[in-house]
Amino acid sequence: MDKQIAIELKGITKTFGAKVIANKDVNLVVYKGEILSILGENGSGKTTLMNMISGIYFPDEGQIFVNGKEAVISSPKVAFEYGIGMIHQHFKLVDVFTAAENIVLGVNDGRYNLKRSKAKIKEICDKYGFDIDLDKKVYTMSVSEKQTVEIIKVLYRGADILILDEPTAVLTPQETERLFSILRNMREDGKAVIIITHKLNEVMAISDKVAVLRKGENVGVVRTSEVDPQKLTELMVGEKIELNINRTEPKNVTPRLEIHHVCCNNREGVRVLDDINFTVNAGEILGIAGIAGSGQRELLESVAGLQKLTEGDIIYHNPKTGVSENLRGKNPMQIRNLGVRLSFVPEDRLGMGLVGNMDIVDNMMLRSYRKGKGMFLHRTKPRDLANDIVERLQVATPGVTTPVRRLSGGNVQKVLVGREIASSPTVLMVAYPVRGLDINSSYTIFNLLNEQKEKGAAVIFVGEDLDALIELSDRIMVIGSGRIAGTVDARNTTKEEIGLLMTKSKEEGDSENDN
Amino acid sequence: MIITFICRAILLGVPLLFGSVGEIITEKSGHLNLGIPGIMYVGSISGVIGSFLYENACGNDAANMNPFLTVCIPLLCSIIGSVIMGLIYSFFTVTLRANQNVTGLALTTFGIGLGNFFGGSLIKLVDSDMPSIALTKTSNLFTVKIPGYENLGWFGELFLSHDFLTYLAIIIAVLTFIVFKRTRTGLNLRAVGENPATADAAGINVTRYKYIATMIGSAVAGLGGLQYVMSYANGVWSNNAFGDRGWLAIALVIFSLWNPVVAIAGSFLFGALCNANNYIQGLGTETQELFKMLPYLVTIIVLVFTSMRKKREHQPPESLGLSYFREER
Repeated sequence: MDKQIAIELKGITKTFGAKVIANKDVNLVVYKGEILSILGENGSGKTTLMNMISGIYFPDEGQIFVNGKEAVISSPKVAFEYGIGMIHQHFKLVDVFTAAENIVLGVNDGRYNLKRSKAKIKEICDKYGFDIDLDKKVYTMSVSEKQTVEIIKVLYRGADILILDEPTAVLTPQETERLFSILRNMREDGKAVIIITHKLNEVMAISDKVAVLRKGENVGVVRTSEVDPQKLTELMVGEKIELNINRTEPKNVTPRLEIHHVCCNNREGVRVLDDINFTVNAGEILGIAGIAGSGQRELLESVAGLQKLTEGDIIYHNPKTGVSENLRGKNPMQIRNLGVRLSFVPEDRLGMGLVGNMDIVDNMMLRSYRKGKGMFLHRTKPRDLANDIVERLQVATPGVTTPVRRLSGGNVQKVLVGREIASSPTVLMVAYPVRGLDINSSYTIFNLLNEQKEKGAAVIFVGEDLDALIELSDRIMVIGSGRIAGTVDARNTTKEEIGLLMTKSKEEGDSENDN
Repeated sequence: MIITFICRAILLGVPLLFGSVGEIITEKSGHLNLGIPGIMYVGSISGVIGSFLYENACGNDAANMNPFLTVCIPLLCSIIGSVIMGLIYSFFTVTLRANQNVTGLALTTFGIGLGNFFGGSLIKLVDSDMPSIALTKTSNLFTVKIPGYENLGWFGELFLSHDFLTYLAIIIAVLTFIVFKRTRTGLNLRAVGENPATADAAGINVTRYKYIATMIGSAVAGLGGLQYVMSYANGVWSNNAFGDRGWLAIALVIFSLWNPVVAIAGSFLFGALCNANNYIQGLGTETQELFKMLPYLVTIIVLVFTSMRKKREHQPPESLGLSYFREER
């Protein structure tokens, strides 16, 4: 049985400014009742391409055909009319609205009546097994709840063509599996599903076909059943790469950082860290696994001096002087003045890590602005450092004076990690360093972490990709609902074991809330 | 005495109510319109010009004047004047994406200059001894009261003795509240002001909402200027008499936490605070000036409290003051 074409792209080209070619002459066919993965490195133009289908951008050249007819998708509204719905990587939700308000936003289905709309939403939820409180305000939601709202939003609009941009980046394995079963249901319904992802195992698990983009061009569409991950990787990066991370045995292991009974509350007074105890050793990588929002962020911020602890101590053993210091209640400046060389790559790159409107050199100076004589800044060294990072980490940028917000996600991350590592830290904390990064960039980052480990730094690596965690870390600590669920030896653990720890603690946390 | 005080407070508060409801409507679309003082001034002078021309056309004889036209011409002129101002503001800030603060401040300066130019010209035309023009006949119609309110004692005085623009202001404020909370238009508008990219992705025409909200907001604010000259000042226009009411209206927006219904009470409170110095015996000129600061002081206190409570619903629209450009990476 021949499947009908849902959407067809012919010769799509899109450029930003004079230099940046996001997409070049892309041809692509998506059939109804089919799940298509779009695979490509960072900055290969996947999201831009999908944004053109969903009406956010307008192509410079080329045609789009929906259901066999040429479509001019000039705005997201027009995209909806063609039955195209996109779930963006950065959620497009209004924070002060409830789930229901966000879902009905922009839908014209007769008289405005939130009660009736809610009933309709409930139907969709029951059909697919979503569990969501429709009156909950978005700003109080976790990332996965927000994603659920996004998906329901698109379904509520009755979309036939669904585009999901990196949908699994924020989900646990279980949530991912649930999402996939929903996507499969949609496929059975005859919907066309396009999913943008970096994770090869997910491409293999969910999609019927894979389209590979490289440098904005479509380099091939293949049936998933006819390829293996190795082949896809080759297609994607255009060269063969080693899939193994080179992990060395930890040397000179001494405790560097000891966390004792750390508790902390969030703004609403809810306990987010509950009696956390662990030790980070010099010369090893401690992986931290857990469902997004289980307290990873607060934990790192506590060590960095950005969170107020209600209880507990953070003891730092200075390798140079041999003195132990308690970091509790100290701000980042005080911590640095104690001689603690702490580097922190936060989850929120452009919010906490770098200033988007400043160029690479100025961002380097965020760490060194107090150096130099008198009232004038010392600019030579930061510029050298910026040039060095751009060269060594292969940051794709027109120059070191380009504002970092113009760079793609992976390049922003390279700049940030490069800066943090340059200060030769004794403690290096990285949160989701490879989120949204392609394989080549990921390995660059992993190698940098390993390098730091060999230099004797204590590395804390908060990750979401369990494969990477298991391959890179020496020990893995699993946290759930603000508590340590267990610590395992990364060399002989399995994904299942970690996944079990992640969910076990979640269930316990939930049942406790009920009491 | 207390009843007169309250009535006076309401009379003083109504221009602020118009101004702040207009500003709230604009701000909900994400645009901080600091041109409101200028827009209210233009709304005021436009109405005065319309009324002046009509009174002259009728030979300054009340008998020749059609009551309906006497009221409608100034109203319409006022709305046209302030909508044009709103259009200028929207063109600069929405289409050209100019800085909202700078545009707004420039518009205020421009509006006051424009008002004074036309005001001065009219004053010159009538060639009077006083530096003002009086539109008493129009004003008399604007201040027509509900018949029989005198017989109802304090109740009539308090609730039924006001001019129709006062009731219109309250109706507009309540309607605005209902539109925000209960209609799709309101939901869309709030989304535009909170997160235009989301609204855009949801298929809402962001530019149209911003333009229309700014223009409706300006029209409403302009009526405040008209109410001031026709009811409060009994139809007497003199340059710069409007004072800093426009800024008070903007302060009132913050005071009322972007809620038009709270703005009703707030405007009356502001009116009372502005007027308190006249009702307290034995104040010197300098202490009187201190009393005039009260509304601003109250606004700052409210700001401090709401900032401390950090309730997201009580914060300004998230994208207030930011331009929206769809293709920005």
